[in-house]
Amino acid sequence: MFRPPRHLAPARFLRIFRPAPRPDQCTMRKYRHVINVGIQNNLTYRFNFLARTLFGFIPLIAMLYVWRAIYESNSGASVATYTFAQMVSYYLLSTVVDALTAVNEDDWQIAADIKDGNISQFLLKPIDYLWYRLCLFVSGRVTYMMVAAVPLVIFILALRRYFVLPADWPTFGLFLVSVVMTALLQFFTSYAMAMLAFWVLEVSTFIFILFAFEYLASGHLFPLDILPAPIEQALYFTPFPYQLYFPVSVYLGKVTGAELAKGLIIQALWVLAAYALARFAWNRGIRRYAAVGG
Amino acid sequence: MSALEPRTSASNPGPVDNAAAPARRSLRAVAARYLAIYIELWRNSLTREMMFKGNFLLWIVVEMLWFALQLVFINVLYLHTESIGTWTKWQVVLLIGASHFIQQTFQAFFLINCTNLSELVRTGKLDFLLLLPVNTRFVVSLRQIDLGAFVNAASAVAVMVYALHRLEFVPSLAQVAGFAGLCVAGILIHYSLMFLLATISFWTVRAQGIVWGYYNLFNIARMPDEAFRGLFKAVFTFAVPMLLVSNVPTRLLAKGFDSPWPIVLLLGMSAVCFALSELGWRASIRRYTSASS
Repeated sequence: MFRPPRHLAPARFLRIFRPAPRPDQCTMRKYRHVINVGIQNNLTYRFNFLARTLFGFIPLIAMLYVWRAIYESNSGASVATYTFAQMVSYYLLSTVVDALTAVNEDDWQIAADIKDGNISQFLLKPIDYLWYRLCLFVSGRVTYMMVAAVPLVIFILALRRYFVLPADWPTFGLFLVSVVMTALLQFFTSYAMAMLAFWVLEVSTFIFILFAFEYLASGHLFPLDILPAPIEQALYFTPFPYQLYFPVSVYLGKVTGAELAKGLIIQALWVLAAYALARFAWNRGIRRYAAVGG
Repeated sequence: MSALEPRTSASNPGPVDNAAAPARRSLRAVAARYLAIYIELWRNSLTREMMFKGNFLLWIVVEMLWFALQLVFINVLYLHTESIGTWTKWQVVLLIGASHFIQQTFQAFFLINCTNLSELVRTGKLDFLLLLPVNTRFVVSLRQIDLGAFVNAASAVAVMVYALHRLEFVPSLAQVAGFAGLCVAGILIHYSLMFLLATISFWTVRAQGIVWGYYNLFNIARMPDEAFRGLFKAVFTFAVPMLLVSNVPTRLLAKGFDSPWPIVLLLGMSAVCFALSELGWRASIRRYTSASS
């Protein structure tokens, strides 16, 4: 059992005597190294990633079959504003965005780090745990995409009749911007949730409860604009639509112009809010953590 | 756990006693012994769950939420359509209830044990279970009971009763019994297939991922069978009979059959799956080399 240090003064003291390296350059190298190591580590799970991607197609195909049956029952009329092709595109795109942005096991690992006392070493090292985890998250997504890209592209090509392309390049560019923010929002939210490990023994239930809401309200199950309008409007007061639905609707051209600009700003604000919450939870948690160890 | 101790009790004559007359009695004795062991396992699980009461309750909340999510999804779909194939809204709600009931009952008895098998193999803890004077598959499959899942299964029953009420259908006693029997066949399919996948852990350390991958397939079981066609339907009827597991019991209550074939198929597939899992288990356990010793 590792006992966390009573106070961190010695670490700070030692750093005074070290020749201070140029901070920005060094920081970049340090974190780039974390990403590299993260990719190496994640590559050992490539079989799992592949299995997850392939198994993930099965419910997706089933979902598309159900929608086809619905469109056939309606004799081809569109559902809300979606034609069948647009509906298929919606699900394919949400699968892609999910592959690019979903946290894999980051939240469990962070919670385990806290529970097992592994974070103590980060309190001693000149490395920030949040940026460190973000690097690992990025490397996880990069590796996942390396493995998942081939089956995903084959799958989309097989359904290319139903797959719409973005209206123009700027739309695609803004889609990518939104995807990056979605990834950050996902990560910071999960990080903040994992901080619960400072207070409770078992965080997985809390994570699953939040995930259930996210699953529905972020558009995993169905596009949000097939909901009755008041409910859809209400959901926009939560961060959930910005965790999946928003970037997909940018791609599909469902939001344009001023609406799009407003949406991106709100998304950025949610990212900042989640970041602030993550930092705040860490600071409160670490106080408690030190108290337990001391 | 007195019931797990070697054969010393008077109630168990042991293998020496193989005279023709007491054969039936010894069969009953064996059944009694296994029942006693199983009761002991229940008591054990109950103690374990009650150690973390808050967590126990929270997991029930989690499952309820995900169940509610499925029902919300169906409600949203039926805002936009009258039917999926010939399935009406409340028939699909009944299907989702049945599927949840089957899944949760499976989870109550088997799920944790199936996912734990790879861990037992990896750490070599299977040694201890092999040494026990009971059937190893029995103790591996039924060691832990997930009591919260029974609560969730009850919530599924409540939803089914409500759906039947909305369908204005009162099933006869025979239909309820038939439904229960078909559910048992469905649970047996889930258990056999997942146990078979878990035995892959004797060959590779990556089995846990595969077992969780199978868990994905529960998503298919709650969808109306008429939506599917072609290869997809063939695979998930004859190779991995997900489309039979909850659709056939639900049809028995709500829709009826054109022919008795689906029922025969479900029962036949459950027997085949169970036989396959037993073969797979026997082939796999032979490879066990014990990691720790």
